[in-house]
Amino acid sequence: MSTANQQESSPKLEVTGAPQFHDRTSTARVMWSVVLCLLPATAWGVAVFGPHAAAVLAVAIAVSVFLELLIDRVGAKSASIARTATVRDGSAVLTGLLIGMSMPPEVPLFIPAAASAFAIVVVKWTFGGLGSNWMNPALAGRVFVFFSWTGAMTRWTMPSTLVAGGARPLPDVLSGATPLGLVKTHLSGTGPIDVLRQLGFPQSRTDIQVTSWINGHLLDRLGAHLPGGYIDPFIGNVPGSIGEVSALLLLLGSVFMFGRRIIRWEIPSSYFLSFALLTWIFGGVRYHAGYFTGDVLFQILTGGFMLALFYMATDPVTSPMSSSGMLIYGIGVGSFTFLIRTYGSYPEGVALAIIFMNIFVPLIDKLTAPRRYGARTGREARVANQRSGATSEESI
Amino acid sequence: MVSLRNFRGAGVYPYERKASTRNKRIWNAAIPGVAVVPFLQHDGAPALPLVHPGDRVREGMLIGSASGGTSARVHSPIPGVVREIRTVQLAGGTASLAAVIELDGEFDQLGKVPHVSEWDHLSPDTLRALILEYGVVGMGDSGTPTHLKFEPRSGETLEWFVLNGVECEPYLAADHRLMVEKAAELLEAVRIARKILAPRRVAIVVDRGARDALSAIKLSLGAQDAEIRIITVSGRYPQGDEKQLVRTVAGREVPSGGTARDTGVVVCDVATMFALYEAIVLHKPVMERIVTVSGAAVRRPGNLKVRLGTPISDLILECGGFVEQPARIIIGGPMMGLGVYDVSTPVTKATRGVLALTAGEIGDSPRTSCIQCGSCMRACPMGLDPTRLYKLIDHRQYSDAVDIGLMDCSECGACGYVCPAHIPLVEGLKTGKQYAVDLPAKKQERM
Repeated sequence: MSTANQQESSPKLEVTGAPQFHDRTSTARVMWSVVLCLLPATAWGVAVFGPHAAAVLAVAIAVSVFLELLIDRVGAKSASIARTATVRDGSAVLTGLLIGMSMPPEVPLFIPAAASAFAIVVVKWTFGGLGSNWMNPALAGRVFVFFSWTGAMTRWTMPSTLVAGGARPLPDVLSGATPLGLVKTHLSGTGPIDVLRQLGFPQSRTDIQVTSWINGHLLDRLGAHLPGGYIDPFIGNVPGSIGEVSALLLLLGSVFMFGRRIIRWEIPSSYFLSFALLTWIFGGVRYHAGYFTGDVLFQILTGGFMLALFYMATDPVTSPMSSSGMLIYGIGVGSFTFLIRTYGSYPEGVALAIIFMNIFVPLIDKLTAPRRYGARTGREARVANQRSGATSEESI
Repeated sequence: MVSLRNFRGAGVYPYERKASTRNKRIWNAAIPGVAVVPFLQHDGAPALPLVHPGDRVREGMLIGSASGGTSARVHSPIPGVVREIRTVQLAGGTASLAAVIELDGEFDQLGKVPHVSEWDHLSPDTLRALILEYGVVGMGDSGTPTHLKFEPRSGETLEWFVLNGVECEPYLAADHRLMVEKAAELLEAVRIARKILAPRRVAIVVDRGARDALSAIKLSLGAQDAEIRIITVSGRYPQGDEKQLVRTVAGREVPSGGTARDTGVVVCDVATMFALYEAIVLHKPVMERIVTVSGAAVRRPGNLKVRLGTPISDLILECGGFVEQPARIIIGGPMMGLGVYDVSTPVTKATRGVLALTAGEIGDSPRTSCIQCGSCMRACPMGLDPTRLYKLIDHRQYSDAVDIGLMDCSECGACGYVCPAHIPLVEGLKTGKQYAVDLPAKKQERM
């Protein structure tokens, strides 16, 4: 049979190595799914903080994507890093989106641009692009601009829902501060929520209504009581970064991510448990309430905790590979988040905690490498080595 | 005694896609008008051709002799005339000499009532001689000539004989059907293996989802089979891999570089044992095998009893042809099987399945950089780090790759199946192994 005949009979058969089929994952699917899961929380941020928030997000994403494209084009010309169309994998959009989400709503637009540029050019591409960076690009970008323009990065605005809902004008001390920032600097109270109440921090009507409904219908029967003030940070009625305020919507997105196996359970659970445990044990000490009195609920609902827990700490590139490694990493991030938030000089600790643990990832990977099937014990391995050494000498 | 076990950690759960074939009875495929019978259908050296163009051959006649060392005999699957001896390409591009036999004359065995022979009085050595005579080889993936696998080792008390009924490759159902339809014959084969190997314990391992196979086997158990253990395992891939079965059944690990036999275990798959039954009891050489024909591109998937040497295009036609243009045609399962360039590739003793896959079921995606997610590492049943191995090979650091276990890779495909970056890990590791093997030889040449 001639080869022409063969080609005719099977015009498009491709012959590749095994495996011949694949599950439904792909890098692009992972990245775009995360972007999709972040959209509800992002939309909330734009809705309550206004058009400038949308501009911040747009600038962060645009700069990130533009620089990725630029480097990709330049890189494609030089043979050493020839990659094509890395923009399509969605990682640059995700980095830009995460940067935008972690910005204060009224931040000048050059700041998200600088954060994205730092993330893509310095953190991601100087190490070789997607997969080669050791540090989470979005967090690195955020931390970079935080230390460069701390003033602009710590001016906060009240969400429209809270301004509309709260009747009284705000006292001076409250303008431009987040709940986490306030409890950091004020200690006169029995706990963080009490501090906020004493300072006259507004509580929305929704918060009051939902809290009383929960107490009336659920908790009273169990003999428990939920103080007011937790529902606002839960649904996103607090000042904060554009995409970080709504714990509810971030949680909702994470359900989708778990369901589609975009993220694994190890890092979120160990991060959550270690942080919650430490906060519960030691969090109340500063209010002279003794051990085991920390306000876990307040700590997990405020700041960037939810965003970090599901969307940043779980970044595959900068987290360990083995199951046990992920657990160790999560505990590390949780512990450092607690330490920075409770004892550090910054109100928020998630970004620094994750970056700090990024440093340990290669070490964790090394220590938690899987045990090889059929690996000989140390002594046997040495004997085997000697034997192979001897034979090679003989053959020479 | 039935117990459920499986190997710890690792592994993957690929899409099974057996629904279209697992309940289909085996049917006899048409006899090919021309059979192309390769002389290399097993591990080791090809059989030596005993026929020449123009020779008349009978059904089941010896046409290739075992060439000493590791080799096996080849028989003519059909009566006819040898037209030519030529080189053909097998799956994966291996070349082999093959006898092209044109169908002519009468069948000696087909359609006749087989003569059942007693084997109880035969010695293990005689039984092994029969296995060699009738060309029985590993008909799963291994292709090891069975007479060599069953060779006694001096001073050894064999711990386990395991019948591997775990057909963990997706799509394939040929072994499953044999267990359902030929359970009595398989148990007879297990008894023969017990007689040859005298193992201390015997196990039959079946996927726990294969209830019909399980009940068929249980129904066929005789009084003399009281000591056979039936073990069910969960459907994790690659549970049917020999090394994973050793761990599951015997609780031991095959030392790096060794075989199951080194741990006192002999594992044989269902198709091989059925061939062994036919050889010993019916004195029938290996001339046919059960092949699963499946894939979304095939109109009527099924399990066919096929004469060796039949071109795979005949099987696809027999199954109603294509419903749509396949993107790949594969011999074997989708995890370890090899693509073919040419649909005239013949069925051999090792052809477990012929799959015509559409682009949709392949699930291909553009390749990206490795994102360090560790999916491959968590999937690897051998406890290796495939992405690190791949990078070392990419950087030509072959000896470093060997140090972290390159040679232990069983090429099961679990890592490549789950990789979100769609990196051809298995291909890379295979290439690396090749280089690593060639490396010392090249160094020596230079000296």
